[in-house]
Formats: sequence, structure tokens, C-alpha cells
Amino acid sequence: MIAVPSPEEGPNPLSVPANTPEHCPGTESELAGKSDACNGCANQEICASNIPKDPDPSLPLITERMTSVKRKILVLSGKGGVGKSTFTAQLGWAFAADDRTQVGIMDVDICGPSIPTILGIANEQVHASSSGWSPVFVQDNFAVMSVGFMLPSSRDAVMWRGPKKNGLISQFLKDVDWGDLDYLVVDTPPGTSDEHLSIVQYLKDSGIDGAVVITTPQEVAIQDVRREINFCRKVGIKMLGLVENMSGFVCPRCKTESQIFKPSTGGAKKLAEDMGIELLGSVPLDPRIGKSADYGVSFLDEYPDSPATTAYLDIIDRIKEILGD
Amino acid sequence: MADQSSPVARRLQTVKNIIIVLSGKGGVGKSSVSTQLALNLHASSPTAKVGILDVDLTGPSIPRMLGLDGHGVHQSSSGWVPVYADGPEARLACMSVGFLLKNKGDSVVWRGPKKNGMIRQFLSDVRWGELDYLVIDTPPGTSDEHLSLLEHMAPVHSRLSAVIVTTPQAVALMDAMKCLSFTRAVNLPILGLIENMSGYVCPCCGEISNVFSTGGGEEMARREELRFLGSLPVDTELVTLLDAAEPEKEGSVREGILQQYSSTSSAKLFKKIVERMVEQLG
Ligand SMILES: Nc1ncnc2c1ncn2[C@@H]1O[C@H](COP(=O)(O)OP(=O)(O)OP(=O)(O)O)[C@@H](O)[C@H]1O
Ligand SMILES: Nc1ncnc2c1ncn2[C@@H]1O[C@H](COP(=O)(O)OP(=O)(O)OP(=O)(O)O)[C@@H](O)[C@H]1O
Ligand code: SF4
Ligand SMILES: [Mg+2]
Ligand SMILES: [Mg+2]
Repeated sequence: MIAVPSPEEGPNPLSVPANTPEHCPGTESELAGKSDACNGCANQEICASNIPKDPDPSLPLITERMTSVKRKILVLSGKGGVGKSTFTAQLGWAFAADDRTQVGIMDVDICGPSIPTILGIANEQVHASSSGWSPVFVQDNFAVMSVGFMLPSSRDAVMWRGPKKNGLISQFLKDVDWGDLDYLVVDTPPGTSDEHLSIVQYLKDSGIDGAVVITTPQEVAIQDVRREINFCRKVGIKMLGLVENMSGFVCPRCKTESQIFKPSTGGAKKLAEDMGIELLGSVPLDPRIGKSADYGVSFLDEYPDSPATTAYLDIIDRIKEILGD
Repeated sequence: MADQSSPVARRLQTVKNIIIVLSGKGGVGKSSVSTQLALNLHASSPTAKVGILDVDLTGPSIPRMLGLDGHGVHQSSSGWVPVYADGPEARLACMSVGFLLKNKGDSVVWRGPKKNGMIRQFLSDVRWGELDYLVIDTPPGTSDEHLSLLEHMAPVHSRLSAVIVTTPQAVALMDAMKCLSFTRAVNLPILGLIENMSGYVCPCCGEISNVFSTGGGEEMARREELRFLGSLPVDTELVTLLDAAEPEKEGSVREGILQQYSSTSSAKLFKKIVERMVEQLG
């Protein structure tokens, strides 16, 4: 008989370090360091001993660096292409519109970094200085870090497995000279995997202020987002709320609204109710959002009177309100 | 030389062609293209045998898209029994991590090594039987899942090929380009490129809006000397079809999706795309 496994069973994902073998029992387990799976694992000695474990030596350095960052916000979605990066960018621009506010964006989408293009800084490079890597600046009060600034060419694929991605994320947190920040917004790749676990583990001691979850209205997206919300609950990330993106399209000729991604199971509204979280707002589908992203200009500045801009700004005001800023 | 006696090689001996659906970017339509590809190949002949394997472990979409939500996988002495989208006829076999979850809202939170293990099991333990085509839906990016797939399938490399899906925006094309670099690095032959969600016809006045821009995929294919397989416009009927296929009771015959899909406007366009692909497989 070839047995079928149950994917839900297994150790608490947060107790599985980044560099472990497939069947790691989890560092909190009785078997830590002692199970067959541990043979050959780099952490075996630490896990098998009874000393309290410090899984990653970079953790204290990250916590130190993050003391100068007031708010840390994650932008998440289980589903791909729903507009996480676009939303992250608008959040950055809107926060940075006040020149007394210091803003940072950290792009942890290692295989598909979109932030440099959306912010119009795709040709910039990261420089090393005595106090660490200096981020790229969109404007004086708006700093950005992405793997996109480190590749010889944008055509290059980053073919990395988990541990290498985790290593870079740890460096983004501890080696980047972020300076004093009011907001650090983190753009994540789709799914619930290494990048997500790592960012949560690395920021555990510094504290994450909350997550904004993005979805589109159709069930194929909603089902992944439901999983993402469960992930946040499992690992203890506070939810700021849910944003529905691409909800409705107004034809530029006849002005009639139609639903491209029809909310066949009730859309974000129903999801928010079911999961007991706040629906922060809905942003319509507007082709000018995609165009602004492709040209690297701020949609909010280019089209200040559009319904989508109003929707974005209302959502951002609500986020500030929830944070108490 | 790759090990021809590995469990994966032995299991995939009875599979003639393996087509991997890729895109660097999320949400461009890999899963919907994989689904449509499987449905079209299935319809291409009354005896065609098709399998679809979903290796998007943290965001499986295939069960929902084929209307198979809630089905489970059974074990047998000869391997895991896939779920058949066409019921007793058993010519359209599906496997996804979604079938292994007790609760569809459960999140699968895995690091790379566990994903690698699951993919190895999908390739070596599923009882596919004889297949003309195995379509593989992948998650976005070029990371653990993709590397594991290629590693485990090294012994059957000569039967592998890939399709790249993109939408027309610059941010998507940039990731499609990364994906192409990946296929070149691992020596994976490309059947061609599909441009998805290219143009939308207003249901009220018929005006064509390029909601996600247009033409970028075709241009990339020309520049990179890839075969352009075709473009698929935004089709709201398709979204609803792939979405609303209601979950059914275990064991009941699904007849909706196969017929319903064949009457959509996307199906007609996709048929040509499949012809262009199959031509190259010989
Ligand atoms: N409201 C909108 N209207 C029209 N286009 C939009 C809207 N929001 C985002 N887009 C476009 O949709 C595409 C996907 O958005 P984006 O890249 O932000 O998604 P993502 O969730 O970050 O994707 P990934 O999962 O690949 O990281 C982009 O081309 C973007 O410009
Ligand atoms: N041509 C099309 N017209 C309209 N909607 C489409 C089209 N192709 C795909 N979609 C819809 O767009 C959404 C995203 O597509 P899909 O899930 O196939 O993308 P994906 O690349 O597999 O995403 P992920 O990266 O999250 O795996 C789905 O709801 C799907 O039904
Ligand atoms: S030694 Fe520790 S980290 Fe390594 S596999 Fe065992 S429990 Fe996991
Ligand atoms: Mg993104
Ligand atoms: Mg998919």
C-alpha cells in the first residue's frame, strides 16, 4: 500500500529553521536533533543539546537594526497577480507624500521582483557603505530595497531554493542601512512559503504591526486568500484588513460597469465576514493603474481625481487610523 | 547520466509527453491555461488519455477549476489513485495537494525541502497509468518547486517541454523573460508563448479595452525567437466557469465542465493553440 500523507500534520512551521531536511520534526519537538531526519542537519548539535535554542545568529542583529523602524506592515496574498506590489507602491507613495514621514519598502519577492519597475527605479544599483548596503531612494524620504537592484540584468532568473532566499531576506533586514523609518512596508511573493516564514521569524522579536491582505473578487483567488488568512492566524500576525482589487470595470466609452472577475461566491465582502476581519475597501480595475506601474509613475499623482485614487486613499487613511497614526 | 531505474523514471515510463506550464509572474493564467490545455487535449480524440498534475503546493487551483473540490485521493497497492474529472471514463486524471487536505481553507506552510518531498511523491507514487499527455501546472517564480520538478524528471528529460504564459503588461513580461532564462539554463525546450488576458470586449457597447494592455507577449516571442501560440482575450464566462463549478459529492459524475467549456469562446481559440503545440510534439 502506498500511503497518502496529510499535509496539515507536522510541526509548527515556525519551529522549522530555514536550512533543515524534509522531515525535520521541529526544534520544539521532543525528537529535535534526535530523529532519523536530523542526521546530517547543520543544527543537530544545538537541537540535541538542552540549551535554549537560538535558531539564527542574525536574529539579535535584525532586532537591533529594526529598533529605528516604527511600523512594520506586510502586504500579503495567497494568490498571484492580485495587485500586492501595486498596492505596496501606492502605500509607499501615499505615506511619503508627507515629507516629514520616512518610508521604506522592502521587496521580498526574490524570484519576481516588481517593485523597482513600479516605482520607476529599475536601473538603479545597491551601494555598499560603512554602515551597510544603502537602499535606493525614490525621493529623499522614500527608500527601497529589492533583489532587482542586485542583478546584472533584468532578464536574469533567480533560481534559488529556500535557504538562499532566506539568507538574502535576513541580509535585507540586518545589513540595509534603513535609517529612521516611520513605516517599513514589505511586499511579499504569492503563497505561504519560505519567504513568509522567514520574514515572520526574523521580525518575531521586533514585532509586526499587521498585515494587509489583497484579493480579487473571484473564488479562485478567494480560496487562496482564505488559506493565507489561516496562515497569519497560525503564526500570530495581526490582520489590519482585506482589500478587494480589480472589482468592477467601467467601460471608457459607454461608462457601464461590468465585472471581469465576478465575485461568484460573494467576493471579499463575504470572505471578510466569514473570517471576521475588516474589509478596508475595494479598488476598481482601471487600465491606467497598470500603465502607471509599467511606466514607473505614481498613479495617485497622475490621476488624482479617479475613483481608484479615492479608493486607495480611503483605504490608506483607514490603515493609519487602525494603527493609531 | 540520469538514473533510468529511479522510482520517478519507472512511474513515468507510461507517459508519452510531459508539458510544463510556466510563467514567472503570479496570476497570469498558468492554472487556467493548464486546465484548458488538459480539457482540449482530452477532447482532441475520443481515446486521448490526459493527466494534470498541480505542483502549486501552497496555492492549488486545479481542483476548483475542474469542479473537483472536496474529492479525495485513495491509496492502492499500486499507488495513489488520481481523481478523474470525467468520471468512470477515466481519461482525465488529476492530482493536487488540494485533494489531500481535510479542509479546503487549510494552509499548507512548507519550506523547500518538504515541497521537494511532496513533488517527488507526486511523480513517483501516483498511479497515472498510460497517458498521452501529462500537463503540469506550476506556481509562480523559479524556485524550489521548479528546480525539484526538473531534478526528479531528469531521467525523462527527452519527453519534457514547456509553455510560457504571460499577460501583456511590462511587469509580467519582465518575469516571463526571467522564466525564459530559467528554461534556457535547465535546457528545457519551449513549445511557445501564450499571451493571456489580452483585450476585453465591453458586454454593453462592444468597445475593446486593453484592460491589461496588449501585444507585449507577441512582441516578446518575436524578439526571443519563440513560437507565438496565440493570444486569449479576457473572457468573463471563463472566469465564472473555472470559479463556480460547484463542489460535488464524492463519486458522482461530473459532466458539467467538459461540455460547458467546449461551448465558450475561449475553447475555440484554445483549440488552435493546442494544434500548434501538438504539431511540434509529433
Ligand atoms: N486595480 C487595478 N486595475 C488594473 N490593473 C491593475 C490593478 N491592480 C494591479 N493591476 C495590474 O495587475 C498586474 C498585477 O499586479 P501586481 O504585480 O501588483 O500583483 P502582485 O499580486 O504583486 O503579483 P505577484 O503575485 O506576481 O507578485 C500588474 O500589471 C498591475 O499593474
Ligand atoms: N483569459 C482570461 N480571461 C479572464 N479571466 C482569466 C483568463 N485567464 C485566467 N483568468 C482568471 O484569472 C485568474 C488568475 O488565473 P490563474 O489562476 O489561472 O493564474 P495563475 O497564473 O495560475 O495564478 P497563480 O500564480 O496564483 O498560480 C483566475 O480567476 C482565472 O479564472
Ligand atoms: S536537527 Fe533540529 S533543525 Fe535539524 S532536522 Fe532535527 S530538529 Fe530540525
Ligand atoms: Mg508582486
Ligand atoms: Mg495557479
